[in-house]
Amino acid sequence: MAVPSTSNRVVPLPQADAAILVVDRVAMRFHTAEGGVSALDDVSFTVAPGEFLAVIGPSGCGKSTLFNIIGGLLTGYDGRISVAGQKISGPHASIGMVFQEESTFPWRNVVDNVAFPLELAGMDKRERIERARHFVSMVGLDGFENRYPAELSGGMRQRVSMARTLASEPKIFLMDEPFAALDEQTRLLLGDKVLQIQQQLNQTMLLITHNITEAVQLADRILVMTYRPGRVKRIVDIMLPRPRTSEIVSSELFGRYVAQIWSDLREEASRGMIDDESRVLHAGECRP
Amino acid sequence: MSAVALTARRWLPPFVGFGSLVLALAVVEGLIRLGAINRFIVPLPSEVITSFARVIVEEDILHRFLLTAWECLASGILLTVFGVAIGALFHRLRLLRLACETWVAAMASAPLVLAYPLFLVLFGRSALTIIMLAFLSGLPPVILKTIEGLSATRRVLINVGRSFNLTPAQQFYKILLPSALPTIFVGIRLGLIFALINVVGVEFLINFGGLGQLINELAERYDLPAMYAAICFVIFVSVVFFVTTERAERWLRSAG
Repeated sequence: MAVPSTSNRVVPLPQADAAILVVDRVAMRFHTAEGGVSALDDVSFTVAPGEFLAVIGPSGCGKSTLFNIIGGLLTGYDGRISVAGQKISGPHASIGMVFQEESTFPWRNVVDNVAFPLELAGMDKRERIERARHFVSMVGLDGFENRYPAELSGGMRQRVSMARTLASEPKIFLMDEPFAALDEQTRLLLGDKVLQIQQQLNQTMLLITHNITEAVQLADRILVMTYRPGRVKRIVDIMLPRPRTSEIVSSELFGRYVAQIWSDLREEASRGMIDDESRVLHAGECRP
Repeated sequence: MSAVALTARRWLPPFVGFGSLVLALAVVEGLIRLGAINRFIVPLPSEVITSFARVIVEEDILHRFLLTAWECLASGILLTVFGVAIGALFHRLRLLRLACETWVAAMASAPLVLAYPLFLVLFGRSALTIIMLAFLSGLPPVILKTIEGLSATRRVLINVGRSFNLTPAQQFYKILLPSALPTIFVGIRLGLIFALINVVGVEFLINFGGLGQLINELAERYDLPAMYAAICFVIFVSVVFFVTTERAERWLRSAG
């Protein structure tokens, strides 16, 4: 049986004027001692308000570069990125970022970590603590408000980072492999939490990942990228029912989406592996 | 965990620490009494303990203790303010850091106390001479540890700050400084140790007030038990500063 209602668009253009995020012909080139490396080339896509888009690709396809460019942490790229019609040229209040690495502040307890963006906004202490507690509760960490990150598990710390980003009430919630360091079970359960929050807030989310299961479990659409330079290979609509939970991973349809995306990714991942091997060999030959 | 176990867990370390000290003193007392240690070089611990009252009453210990503590505090404040500021400047200006870091490290190992005649000429026979010498001796570890702490701030935390669009000043006060505080405080403690050694050393050398001068006088009188008791007061000054910096660090971390 074929995967239903899956469009294999190469150029993604769902109502660009209604989109909250527009990435238009973005290209990025890094200059290294060995010469120029093209990390991204002609990447274009849009994200609609309330949509969950996952970007998937093999290692070295420029996923993290794309994350940093959209988040405003990396400049000097070609093309245009705009959020709600506004061009991005640096960090932007409309975009909240959740990083792959553990990023809680170890010197602040849970509630103070989450209250960080509210403190920056000048909110008075009582109000911001109350507001931060709301987001702590949203990520399911009631009772841990006064604990310090060192007292929490990896999954709990990542939830604190998510709550902190949510507290800044961004238009777009941008995540870079937030569950990469976690075990599979925790990853699935945190996926449930992300889905629940997304549905509750109707939050636009953009997830950068290399994990196919995670992408299919969470996203409305999956953007598959090619190996270096990163280009949009295909966009796959995920027609799994919502509201969704991690139970969906046992369904037949889920398995077919995973298989389809893997068939797209496999060729790119193989190219990446061959490229890595040849670089190691070349480095070995160059060594005196 | 039961209440008894919790109480034991809390009180056992200080109890064992105190017990170890008493045991060590008893061993030294025994070795001296057996003649294994010359009592004209090391006095009996029991004599040192009984001489405390005499030192307190006859030697104006409170005034001397406060003078040494004040000199140490003044140099401690100076080395914290200037050490952290210079360290932050070195961290910010790479060229300055590359040009000067080795000199600062070299200064850490220089016996600055030997330059006390120069300081006497510059500042006179006063507390200022002692404070300036102690300040300069304690400065290098604070500078070096500040650079180390700020440089070790995890990239992702800086990126979190950038993603929230922090100004450079906010980035420093909200992220870099709190992240570097434990390492900076290691530097401050080391600096204070260097400062206290120099305070007591220069008091001893220029015979100017404080516990150093008292130790000098007692040594010249060959009153060894009282001299060791005075040294215990120097240790007490060190303990006071250690506890204070520990509390300050905890307070600053929670306020960060």
